[in-house]
Amino acid sequence: MIRYIIKYGVSFILLVLFQGLILNEIELGGYINPFLYVIFIIALPFDTPDWLVLSLGFLIGLFIDIFTSTIGMHISATVFMAFIRVFILKLLRPRDGYEFNTHPSLQHMGIIWYLNYSAILILAHHLFLFFVESFKFSQFFATSGRAILSSIFTLALVFIVQLFNYKPANRL
Amino acid sequence: MKNLIEFLSKNSVIFIFLFLEVIAFTLLIRNNNYQNSKALNSSNFLVGNLYATVNNINDYFNLKEVNAELAEQNAKLQSTSIKSFTKIFGTTVEINDTTYSQKYVFTSAKVINNSTNKRENYITLDKGKINGIKAGMGVISANGIIGTVKNVSENFSSVMSILHEKNSVSVKIKKSGYIGALIWELGDYQTAKLNDIPNHVQLQKGDTIITSGYSLIYPEGILVGWVSDFDLPEGNNFYNINIQFSVDYKKLSHVYIVKSWTKEEQQQLEQATLEND
Repeated sequence: MIRYIIKYGVSFILLVLFQGLILNEIELGGYINPFLYVIFIIALPFDTPDWLVLSLGFLIGLFIDIFTSTIGMHISATVFMAFIRVFILKLLRPRDGYEFNTHPSLQHMGIIWYLNYSAILILAHHLFLFFVESFKFSQFFATSGRAILSSIFTLALVFIVQLFNYKPANRL
Repeated sequence: MKNLIEFLSKNSVIFIFLFLEVIAFTLLIRNNNYQNSKALNSSNFLVGNLYATVNNINDYFNLKEVNAELAEQNAKLQSTSIKSFTKIFGTTVEINDTTYSQKYVFTSAKVINNSTNKRENYITLDKGKINGIKAGMGVISANGIIGTVKNVSENFSSVMSILHEKNSVSVKIKKSGYIGALIWELGDYQTAKLNDIPNHVQLQKGDTIITSGYSLIYPEGILVGWVSDFDLPEGNNFYNINIQFSVDYKKLSHVYIVKSWTKEEQQQLEQATLEND
């Protein structure tokens, strides 16, 4: 238990700093932004209580917001994403349930499952975020396009991070 | 009662979700009046200092360009100083203090955080309340206008960049003197739109756009950019004009905060006139 708290605490701090100081400076084509910090919510263990997932979503959103001076924007999007996660996990549940003591990762769940899971969550987060940012639906296609392109970029980063932890199984 | 508790615990996720979203949106809407949330923005102590440290490191990479820019500006200033004028008829040049009163004061500041990719872009500067900075002051650089100070903390200030949907600047065409409103739209950080120029004005590509001085934020005649292209839609009284900014907003480092001595006086007079009507 304590091991988990330390592990997730350290990754929380590192992700906030990485997002706030490095990724926020990256922009492709003028307005495509990756938001890698959402991997924190994606990677929480399966048996994390729902209220904790939502609260952690709130907390990491708050820290990112402080960096970008947009209090409320990232909070609302990450809380929404944490909320969606609860249902996506139910929806994508394997026939015999999730293994005890595991967390969503490429290693444990395989590429198809992980791609579905993270793509849905990232897209939900980005769409919510960009629509809250513009606060209107009048530029629907511009905003959606921006959200989708940024989602693809974030998804690629999430997979790169996952590949760092990926140890191919020994097949003899 | 038992049913109620059962209902609540069954749907606890939804309630927590709604509760947290209500908090988030309350914060978001409150934050739209920028003055209300001074504590939780990037000019606060912790993040401000962090940005300052990162910026210190970044500065080394830009030293060459910044030096060139400063040297260029020094040269400009030199050429306007009294030493660079020759004495006529051998008499000393006197500056009569009573004919000129100072209207603007400039404070130099360093950009420690900057963005160009959002709908509402902000810049953080390393000068704050203790340097006499107040909300509403203009910010310019050697090449053109930057934005307006929105929030001030003890040591830092955050500036609403010209790359902000709600930041409109009163500008004029240098050649003809016609006044228009400059507004930036999401997308390209190098171009903006100029509105309200009537269709009888003679326009050319490359016409210089400068500040009008009407907004009381920027001094008159600060460079803004150049006309990059324009067209006149059929049946419309106003041009569609695109402006190329003179400042590269991705490369800001040293800027000047403008304090106007006469702003309040002028505002009070205009206010009083309106009330008398």
